[in-house]
Amino acid sequence: MRIALAATCIADALFPQAPIATVKLLERLGHTVVFPGGQACCGQMHVNTGYFDKAVPVIENHVKTFEPVLDNEWDAVVIPSGSCAGSIKHQQAMVCERAGLPDLAKTANAVAAKTYELSELLIDVLGLTDVGAYFPHRVTYHPTCHSMRMLGVGDKPYQLLRAVEGIELVELPDADQCCGFGGTFAVKNADTSSAMLADKVANIESTAATVVSAGDYSCLMNIGGGLNRKGSATTTMHLAEILASTREDPATPPAPLRAGHSGAAKGARR
Amino acid sequence: MKTFLGIPLARPSESRTAYKSEPGHATTLQGDTGGGHLASEAAHNPTTIPTEPLRWGTSFPEAAQRALSNDQLRHNLGFATKTIRSKRAAVVAEAPDWEDLRDAGSQTKINVLASLPALLEQFERNFTARGGHVHWARDAQEANEIVTRLVKEQDTTEVVKVKSMATQEIGLNEYLAAQGIDAFETDLAELIVQLGDDLPSHILVPAIHRNRAEIKEIFERRMESLPEGMSDAPRELAMAAREHLRKKFLRAKVAISGANFGVAETGTLTVVESEGNGRMCVTLPETLITVMGIEKIIPSFSDYEVFMQLLPRSSTGERMNPYTSMWTGVTPGDGPQNVHVILLDNGRTRALADDVGRAALKCIRCSACLNVCPVYERVGGHAYGSVYPGPIGAILTPQLTGTTGHSDPNASLPFASSLCGACYEACPVKIDIPTLLVYLRNRVAEEDKAKHMPTAWGAAMSAATFVMSDSKRFAAASKGAGALRLMAGKKGYVQNVPLPIIKGWTQSRDLPSAPKETFREWWERTHPDAPQESPLPTDREDNA
Amino acid sequence: MSTARTEILGSIARALDGVPSGIGQGELAEVPRAYRRTSDLLPGSSQVIDILIDRLEDYKAHVHQVSSTDDIPAAVRDILSEASSVVRPAGLPESWLSMLPPSTTVTTDAPRPGSQGLSPYELDAIDAVVTASRVSIADTGTIVLDGQSDQGRRAITLVPDTHVCVVLASQVVHLVPEAVALLDEHPERPLTWISGPSATSDIELNRVEGVHGPRNLHVIIVG
Repeated sequence: MRIALAATCIADALFPQAPIATVKLLERLGHTVVFPGGQACCGQMHVNTGYFDKAVPVIENHVKTFEPVLDNEWDAVVIPSGSCAGSIKHQQAMVCERAGLPDLAKTANAVAAKTYELSELLIDVLGLTDVGAYFPHRVTYHPTCHSMRMLGVGDKPYQLLRAVEGIELVELPDADQCCGFGGTFAVKNADTSSAMLADKVANIESTAATVVSAGDYSCLMNIGGGLNRKGSATTTMHLAEILASTREDPATPPAPLRAGHSGAAKGARR
Repeated sequence: MKTFLGIPLARPSESRTAYKSEPGHATTLQGDTGGGHLASEAAHNPTTIPTEPLRWGTSFPEAAQRALSNDQLRHNLGFATKTIRSKRAAVVAEAPDWEDLRDAGSQTKINVLASLPALLEQFERNFTARGGHVHWARDAQEANEIVTRLVKEQDTTEVVKVKSMATQEIGLNEYLAAQGIDAFETDLAELIVQLGDDLPSHILVPAIHRNRAEIKEIFERRMESLPEGMSDAPRELAMAAREHLRKKFLRAKVAISGANFGVAETGTLTVVESEGNGRMCVTLPETLITVMGIEKIIPSFSDYEVFMQLLPRSSTGERMNPYTSMWTGVTPGDGPQNVHVILLDNGRTRALADDVGRAALKCIRCSACLNVCPVYERVGGHAYGSVYPGPIGAILTPQLTGTTGHSDPNASLPFASSLCGACYEACPVKIDIPTLLVYLRNRVAEEDKAKHMPTAWGAAMSAATFVMSDSKRFAAASKGAGALRLMAGKKGYVQNVPLPIIKGWTQSRDLPSAPKETFREWWERTHPDAPQESPLPTDREDNA
Repeated sequence: MSTARTEILGSIARALDGVPSGIGQGELAEVPRAYRRTSDLLPGSSQVIDILIDRLEDYKAHVHQVSSTDDIPAAVRDILSEASSVVRPAGLPESWLSMLPPSTTVTTDAPRPGSQGLSPYELDAIDAVVTASRVSIADTGTIVLDGQSDQGRRAITLVPDTHVCVVLASQVVHLVPEAVALLDEHPERPLTWISGPSATSDIELNRVEGVHGPRNLHVIIVG
């Protein structure tokens, strides 16, 4: 298949490891990955902050960039982020509609219908659960709110992780609870967000996992920032990074930058 | 608006007084809150009973900060919401047709809103035909005046009350007090709130923020003739409340209730409750006055088959609440013979006029969204500054009051959510609360724009649009993220950024260092032969 | 008053007039009713009775099963052995209380035109009430009274501390919609839905049985 990659703005600039792993994974599975260079951002941050008018040019750029998928230039669009996929599927057209751009809204919907979050692409489109990955580490998974509730990916990420060779997958207590990110919520309501994050971090530490994984680097940036501040031994990796890891080219969990500062986290790492 | 580096400064906290309207209604709190765990309550208790029950406080972030510093409050809330969440989950899982019931409930409420005038007139006809009296009130003041007149006609100075959100919303108790009428709350949680000179913090369990020890202390302070050696066991506290209220029930001449449903087809009113205080009020006194929001209408008696399943399971997490009373006007020889209902607007038609926002009026006040909300669980109800707290409050309150741009405390409510979606999943009538929150955020931004009020966020978003709507500008800016790498230095993370907007982030989290290479740079390095797939939007339009 | 009425109805009409359909609001449409409206379990069947008993006991009601109406007097006698005063609605079969000891005072609440029956204070001095019922819902453990002469005024089942309620097996349906359909025949009657004794969960969300309504609910299931 020819698959166009939407890297997401945050991963392109700050967490390239997620789209890089997505590319490596899909190429290893025999697919052709294309990176449409005109892409920048899906507009989610603007929409969720209430600036619909300012989201329109951002959305328009996204829709135009990926519009060739409608002419079968590519077979699908993949995006390694549950919240961006959710915004593309559930917000872009609505914002265009309200801005009085019904044609753009229609195109946005059509592009969205061919856009898949990574675990959806692998399972629903490519029909895979075992992607031949190898990752011999203790991992816990945070399902992320938008993947779980807006997209309804269900247990797809867990199906993929359970098939990874060598992995020790441990259940995250209160996994369905929000990590407190919520985009600008983390800044506008920093105190509440921090309280939510503190509980998420405590639950993650209780698993003594080496890695906490998720399908979205925006949540992982929040969780990772909290873990690092606490000096936790647990670090973050995107689902794609684990699935891209093989015996031949194994991924290594990132080393904690402050480990040892927190007594609670000591010994968490195995 | 004062700004620092273009960033709005925290608003002064006098906004509470700024929103006081008619003088004379504010009740100063009893001073004594001293001792033990109550000492910390000043941290989250507003200092006056609000004159505006839908706009009583400071902005949400400020109020949340105070609430979060109260450990006892957080403990009480965490414990209570976890308990009720698991109860609800169990009884919902037991209903194999739960999603079908939600679909039916949602569509019924949509139809009600779309046909409201006809349904209200039908309700009025049927209620009147059965000997009841129907009154209409445009706002809180009008509703309060009608109630006062009806009470005074009965030549009494006290009334018993069933817990009711509508009467909370209009500040009825405070109004009656100013008219020399004592209103006794008879729901246990409302009683705790009333005796504690406190404010409700939950739709179903207004005293959810209190634990048993605090409740015992309030009872000891405010109740006469408590049982000797009463402990803080919930059973003993409930028995004390029974004794305290029994004589009031027996002698009451007038009762005031809300209504969970009003049936247009029959003129039937409904109170759904647990303790029997509702039955006492709607059965024993000679006069019964019900205040009902106009959106509480359901078309047919048979609609109970849906709502009497959705409401109890969502609300208390029970298969059915202990008691439900349904009455249709007057029944000769049984119960009150002087029966009134006040149909209340108070902002509802304003909300209805908003094609999107009106979905909030589907709400049946079950409070399931509060119990599943991670924000509510941590800050409690008072932070929302309205008798309607939690996710539904965050959309309903600004709809009912309207907002005036982001300096209005109620304009901060739509932002009081991480948009995690747990509320939508739990809502028995499928109100898409996250989408409504985003929509209301847009309304605040538009209000600011209409007032030509430049804000830091507006400026930041404009700048972001410039960068994020064009790949070349975005690629250039991504490299600029190298500034982060400079700040991170050798340690590889950023602990502190001296910019107010980012300070919120770094108070509890480190920022990552920027990577040595953006994805785009990696792609260009590793896929030099990849076709250039970045036609400019204008090219595509030319091709089309 | 009429001004307020006119204004509110006018505001609603204007609010609904010409607004475009939006993202948060669905369209007027027929209500989908895919939920269970009738059950495979027949009213009064042993499965339905078993479910009812399970739910009632879960809510801390006391359940007594007897095989025929002939057994009701003895059951009432056993349940009310401690009661010194009992109130009955005028239409209750007299035989149901016939085995109570002579020391028990039985009062009939018989409101006549112009009379309200027993006052709240008089009812407060009575220990127990015995009534029939209209319909019961097994799925939710709910008994519904509709104020007919064998059930009486709402006040008599509210103020006394013990309520003995007789449920005929044939009156027990499985699902809420089945009961609502029956009640819909007389929607104007004052209805009281009872699921266990009165209770509160207002203190730390702990359920405590017995607040203002009867603290003891005895259900005699017949047949």
